[in-house]
Amino acid sequence: MSETRKPTRTIIDGESRPALPRHIKLRHDAGRDRWIILAPERVFNPDDTAVSVLKLCDGQRSVNDIAKILSEEYQAPIQEITNDITAMLQDLSDKGVVKA
Amino acid sequence: MNEQAPTHVTETAMPMCARAPDGAEAPRDDVAAGLCARAPVGMLCELTHRCPLQCPYCSNPLDLERANAELTTAEWQDLMRQAARLGVLQIHLSGGEPTARKDLEDIVQVASEVGLYTNLITAGVTLTRDRLKKLADLGLDHVQLSIQDIDPENADRIASYKGGMAKKVEVAKWVREFGLPLTVNCPIHRQNIKSVPRMLDFAVEMGAGRIEIAHVQYYAWALLNRAALMPTREDFMEAARYVEDAKERLKGIIVIDAVVPDYYAKFPKPCMGGWGRGIVNITPSGRVLPCHAAESIKGLEFDNIKDKSLAEIWLNGDAFQKYRGTEWMKEPCRSCPRKEIDYGGCRCQAFALTGDAANTDPACSLSSLHAQWAQVAEVESHTTPPEFVYRRVGGAAKAKAPAEVEG
Repeated sequence: MSETRKPTRTIIDGESRPALPRHIKLRHDAGRDRWIILAPERVFNPDDTAVSVLKLCDGQRSVNDIAKILSEEYQAPIQEITNDITAMLQDLSDKGVVKA
Repeated sequence: MNEQAPTHVTETAMPMCARAPDGAEAPRDDVAAGLCARAPVGMLCELTHRCPLQCPYCSNPLDLERANAELTTAEWQDLMRQAARLGVLQIHLSGGEPTARKDLEDIVQVASEVGLYTNLITAGVTLTRDRLKKLADLGLDHVQLSIQDIDPENADRIASYKGGMAKKVEVAKWVREFGLPLTVNCPIHRQNIKSVPRMLDFAVEMGAGRIEIAHVQYYAWALLNRAALMPTREDFMEAARYVEDAKERLKGIIVIDAVVPDYYAKFPKPCMGGWGRGIVNITPSGRVLPCHAAESIKGLEFDNIKDKSLAEIWLNGDAFQKYRGTEWMKEPCRSCPRKEIDYGGCRCQAFALTGDAANTDPACSLSSLHAQWAQVAEVESHTTPPEFVYRRVGGAAKAKAPAEVEG
């Protein structure tokens, strides 16, 4: 039955260009006044940091680009931010919320 | 931004009956509480009880609703608008077989327009490529496709339907072709539990992003067929170990959600994530239930969406208020540190097996009936399985339901 390559786990690094797949919906829930991510049989609850990162995940910017933007915005060390968001995006990639 | 691998994104599983770890501390992280406080997060819509399959573990009630009692297109569409205004985030279009409704497209269209995340829960056997394409174009977000077994003959026998598996393979391919995410749902029991490894391979091969290894929960038809379905503890443990290993091995390739059978657990599941807390269920005729099995509890009054608004029923309906929160609890639940973790387990199971829905679910090791109840699984799983009582209108009438546990 198999016509495609064996699927493999995506590993996120500085060069990865993350994006939300079409079926993953990041939206502001007005009634609850919070951001949510709607996914198959899941609701994810991103904090402010995650929302800032995910809004920048357009499939064009790399993780390094995103870290640079946030490091300027938050006045925080870029290495720290890179580590933090790489771990976060890896976790979300494993859960199918982010593709790269 | 912290240095210690902070969790920036927490997750709430739907329908939120994931079992908390045995050592969990109460109260849980307030994420689910924050989401649920205002309105249900998920709405399960049983669009119809009609279904070409006759699976003996069907979650529909034994008294199946007739086609002529079903809500109209306009009534379902209005409900979608009400749900979105109330704050429902996801809808699960289920059945029976939801594609048996010729107006499924009209319902999906409105649900999508009002911003609901739409999930189609289907057996797939009557779906056509054109119809699925249309649903995808209208904004359907996700398809959950059930399989009865990997072995086609056994699958046919379980569902009492010829040639289902080949059709499901086709449907799975269409789902991926149209760019929709696919979940493969596998109800597990003693007559297919050895297929778990091949089910996982199948789901990966089909490009599914998610698989549910869903051990049958024993209500309604499944309770009636329990002796034919209950796996042995040894088979359950072997499958569970395989699934745990697979979760690690297939990380980033497929998300595996496992639903454990109550009979082999130490603590009960927080059914529906707590009664009247995060989930609302609509029957084909518009009855609004806190859980799909709630009608099995005698004495509860259920409102109909034709008479009152969803918000009114959710907030004030008798059936919702009755077991909402923790005030209704008796001992040992009342003073239990886990009472806001598992909410005393499942009300329907407590009623079915003890005669009082306010009792502790016998699935809990603190229930005085637990040992006796767990013994049932031990005995039945080692007995030659009886013939299935297939799910069909009137099918349950001649079969005798398992007796209550004598307390």
